[in-house]
Amino acid sequence: MMTTITDLGIAAIRNGVRDGDFSAVEVAAAFNAAVDGADALNAFIVKTPDHALSAAKAVDEARASGATLGAMAGVPIGMKDLFATQGVQTTAASHILEGFVPQYESTVSANLWAAGAGMLGKLNMDQFAMGSSNETSFFGNVISPWRRAGGGSAALAPGGSSGGSASAVSARLCPAATGTDTGGSIRQPAAFTGISGIKPTYGRCSRWGVVAFASSLDQAGPMARDVRDCAIMLGAMAGFDAKDATSLELPVPAWEAGLSADIKGKRVGIPREYRVDGIDADIARVWDDGIAWLKDAGAEIVDISLPHTKYALPAYYIIAPAEASSNLARYDGVRYGLRDLPDGAGLQDMYAATRAAGFGPEVKRRIMIGTYVLSAGFYDAYYTQAQKVRTLIARDFEAAWAACDIILTPTAPSAAFGLGEKSTDPLSMYLNDVFAVPASLAGLPAMSVPGGLSAEGLPLGLQIIGQAFDEQGVLNAGLAIEQRSGFTARPERWW
Amino acid sequence: MSVDSATVTKIASLARIAVSEAEVAALVPELNNILGWVEQLGEVDVSGVEPMTAVITNHLRLRDDVVGADPLTGGGIRDRILANAPAPQHGFFGVPKVIE
Repeated sequence: MMTTITDLGIAAIRNGVRDGDFSAVEVAAAFNAAVDGADALNAFIVKTPDHALSAAKAVDEARASGATLGAMAGVPIGMKDLFATQGVQTTAASHILEGFVPQYESTVSANLWAAGAGMLGKLNMDQFAMGSSNETSFFGNVISPWRRAGGGSAALAPGGSSGGSASAVSARLCPAATGTDTGGSIRQPAAFTGISGIKPTYGRCSRWGVVAFASSLDQAGPMARDVRDCAIMLGAMAGFDAKDATSLELPVPAWEAGLSADIKGKRVGIPREYRVDGIDADIARVWDDGIAWLKDAGAEIVDISLPHTKYALPAYYIIAPAEASSNLARYDGVRYGLRDLPDGAGLQDMYAATRAAGFGPEVKRRIMIGTYVLSAGFYDAYYTQAQKVRTLIARDFEAAWAACDIILTPTAPSAAFGLGEKSTDPLSMYLNDVFAVPASLAGLPAMSVPGGLSAEGLPLGLQIIGQAFDEQGVLNAGLAIEQRSGFTARPERWW
Repeated sequence: MSVDSATVTKIASLARIAVSEAEVAALVPELNNILGWVEQLGEVDVSGVEPMTAVITNHLRLRDDVVGADPLTGGGIRDRILANAPAPQHGFFGVPKVIE
């Protein structure tokens, strides 16, 4: 049993622990060993085997005493290093927060521990969640466990910003992990590594204790092996939190109990603007497969138009950096984190030196763009214009919902690329999120599920976008695809 | 609109990030490349369109006007607040001298 425990997902572990097939401690020990054996992937910044074991021990004791077990009881998970974890270093993969040990727990992680989950460690990511390849981390690149078929041993990007989460779940180092999604940071890495991930409606998961990037876009969500596991874990993460002013004051639906792959009568919109000129042939094929699967599941396919799609990415690259420049102003060398105080320097020089030493190049680039678009004389031309375009993008979706219930698109424009292939050109990296960003700008729930493999044997994802608050519709369509795609590919262990 | 090295130096100063001349020289084309690309937003007709302020309509909640209403965010936790400060002094955040 010990050799196969790491092949199990959330539901199988929860059920096995509940039924006494194995103990939670056995599960934690198996995954701790898997984590220890995978340093070559660089998926973890900090390992916390004792956290996983003590949470497991508490679950085993609760079961022995006949207590009711939580929704994640006995499931050890990976925690993206963007979530503040009490007593455990939290860096957002930056140098400026190196050594920062939160005195409090983020709401999302606290919810997960209350549901019986334990923590295997803090997962590597793009610095401050800014990146699409996990190449901006101060703690080094995360390596995807996937390799091209017959393509030798070229290191591939796991996607980003939740690259450590994607790599770890795909490599069976943890059954599931938290991610955060500002403009695709759950969905694109899930697609690159052949796993599932959902970004819920903006406000479902509390942002309290999550290191802020772009507050009007940031949403936490689960990354896991399948749709059911995503439903279980999202249920444990979500919920109203008075400490987040944008938290939704709504009950959390019973998403797992509501799962159904029968989507008879559902109208699935196919936005024509996403079928861009020169679309990758593999991507087009998997998209067509997805359409056929949903039709087979009883859905009606309708062509729709989202006319402002091409403006979503440029609007995002004004709005997100603008918010980031404001949010990251807090890193000043005074209250926490790094301080660089050159000899004889005053306060202003200390700020500038600290931030120069503590932020990586991509973070600086975005802070500079954000500062510029918010500066006097340029605010209306850039920032206000972008927010107006954002209104139009949200209206596009509103209009589409008259004709359809959910929308199906590819998750990303290509399969995983090699590390270093795009990192020299910021713009070509940004274009990776072209299909993911519109739903982020509109605050809508969106999910990526595996759809198939590229000609090179790499995973490709399908994205399902739903109406606000309709995570259930998104999950159900995801389940219908999952049951028809027959996706069982997994990376062969080389690490 | 495009930026020159003087503008990039000014932005870096506003952003409180120290930059060398070499960094400025590298940032000028990088930022211009990005700014040139986002400028396509200018072609969108936004007449009569309000800028987005909230993606999901929500009302603003106010907490009870009581000190320490939430023990996590209330008062009386000075040592925890200072726990990660790089140079705390006498129960305060320490900073370099600002008065000459």
